[in-house]
Amino acid sequence: MSFIDLIKKYESTGLHERLDSVTEKDIEYLLPKDILTPMQFLSLLSPAASDCLEDMAKKAHRITLKNFGKAIQLYTPIYISDYCDNNCIYCGFNVNIKRPRKKLTMDELGREARYIADTGLKHILVLTGSSRSKSPLSYIKECVKVLKRYFSSISIEVYPLTEEEYKELIDEGVDGLTIYQETYNRAIYDNVHIKGFKRDYLFRLDAAERALRKRVRVVNIGALLGLNKWREDGFYVGLHAKYLQDKFPEAEISISVPRIRPQTKEYSPQYEVSDRDITQLILAFRLFLPRIGITLSTRESQELRDNLLPLGITKISADSTTAVGGHTSGNKEEFEQFLISDKRSVPEIRRLLLSRGYQPVLKDWIN
Amino acid sequence: MEDTLRIADKSIKNRLFIGTGKFPDKSLVRNVLEESQAEVVTVALRRVDADSIDENILGHIPESCIIMINTSGARDADEAIRIARLGKAMECGNWIKIEVISDNKYLLPDNTEALKATEALVKEGFTVLPYMSPDLSMAKRFVEAGAAAVMPLGSPIGSNRGLKTEELVRIMVNEIDIPVIVDAGIGWPSEAAACMELGCGAVLVNTAIATADDPVAAARAFSLAVIAGRTAYLNSGMAVNEDAKPSSPLTGFLRDDK
Repeated sequence: MSFIDLIKKYESTGLHERLDSVTEKDIEYLLPKDILTPMQFLSLLSPAASDCLEDMAKKAHRITLKNFGKAIQLYTPIYISDYCDNNCIYCGFNVNIKRPRKKLTMDELGREARYIADTGLKHILVLTGSSRSKSPLSYIKECVKVLKRYFSSISIEVYPLTEEEYKELIDEGVDGLTIYQETYNRAIYDNVHIKGFKRDYLFRLDAAERALRKRVRVVNIGALLGLNKWREDGFYVGLHAKYLQDKFPEAEISISVPRIRPQTKEYSPQYEVSDRDITQLILAFRLFLPRIGITLSTRESQELRDNLLPLGITKISADSTTAVGGHTSGNKEEFEQFLISDKRSVPEIRRLLLSRGYQPVLKDWIN
Repeated sequence: MEDTLRIADKSIKNRLFIGTGKFPDKSLVRNVLEESQAEVVTVALRRVDADSIDENILGHIPESCIIMINTSGARDADEAIRIARLGKAMECGNWIKIEVISDNKYLLPDNTEALKATEALVKEGFTVLPYMSPDLSMAKRFVEAGAAAVMPLGSPIGSNRGLKTEELVRIMVNEIDIPVIVDAGIGWPSEAAACMELGCGAVLVNTAIATADDPVAAARAFSLAVIAGRTAYLNSGMAVNEDAKPSSPLTGFLRDDK
């Protein structure tokens, strides 16, 4: 069985009609429950539930405190290459955008890694554009070898790989995988991924499972909010996380809530996702999946990030750049995949967390 | 004679063990340990950052404390063994709390894998305290494998639901000869006291202290509760008899029949 079977099952149930039929009374009835069904989770994503956010927030805060304590894990992304063979209309690495591309040499990578490690961070997320020819598996492996010297946990966010390829990277020292489906809606997926192997919806959808079969420790999934109606994609993200959690109970499953940021001049999000919406989504995830990790990136503003902290967030990024070699090269903004909103450094984020009563956790694994 | 808990070559006076995760600030750990006068603390090796002075949790633990590394994050025996060995290499001592969780949804321990790790690590000279789901036959196997104590859960980690496993823990206390230390789920000092009244060797508390509004005050309360419970256990005569004493005893009719 693949998660596609569950998508097919729910696609035919008229999700949007159900969402519209939920009342505030239904939410009041749901809130005291410890265990929620997928349909009850859907109710928490409804327009009616958006009037119950304070009650949802109180419960989400309680659950998060019990499960994760007053601790927030920090990480930062490292972009190693922005060559890309795909034409994804929302992305700054899109193959059709004519601009110089870059791929770090091992020396440059070492410099970038040393710079990040000096901030005290021990968790790194390695990103590449999707080009198997320019950044093949062998190149990613070589990078992991270098990064292992500096970091105690290495996650990857690269094009989907085969099961054997994931195994090779895990054996090399990769312990986490981030892969966003972007949107679970097949028609929209086909429309926004115009060219390249990213068009293979199913190969991407099953990627997390392939890595989990090879015992990757952490998997982080998500949808790029703004491509589709957030309630629909949010529902499938939650369901996907639960599916993975049920099937691979030993793994740590987490969810990101990336909202589209300005990335290309040609594309603006088709569906608006407000601060209120993203808050509702995070709360619904927390109530449905009490043990799930929830990651909030620097795509979001400083103010929103600070306010969302107590509502279920377990991991945040700091000192981010989405440009290849952006930590040490100085050409931060020109070639970024998307624009960063919260540009605070690691010491600034650390101070903020401590002042809010949260312990910044810079190390939480031992590779 | 002084009442102490004997584990390996140590005599421990304070029967409140404290976990160091989930605190809002690592520097609070020292205050909590000093206030409660805890002698045994658990530290997740995954969070030990030996490269950093500020970030290293070990720097916040008084030297008088016994550090018990835990294998948090281990999904099977092999991973637990790897973490234990790393801990030893990092000079974190040889007390190890085996924590093997193959279920991240409820964080329930995997007894079978914990047993495998215990067998291997005892042979390597570790003082091993396995975290377990309470079960008598499993506890006996841990004893045979050479565990220094067993650590059954009171209820799931972080749940603050108290000693839901009381009947099973009571049986373990009665039947096995090594200390039974309730680990996980204790939310209130009164629950810690109840564990001690049952005859547990110690209680390990983390979430209830770390996430309290005032962790130092919470640590003090737990420490006092553990002393109260232990004192009650040692002086069982003080316990109120559950049966009323009828003025006409039920076997009074036998009096004339001596």
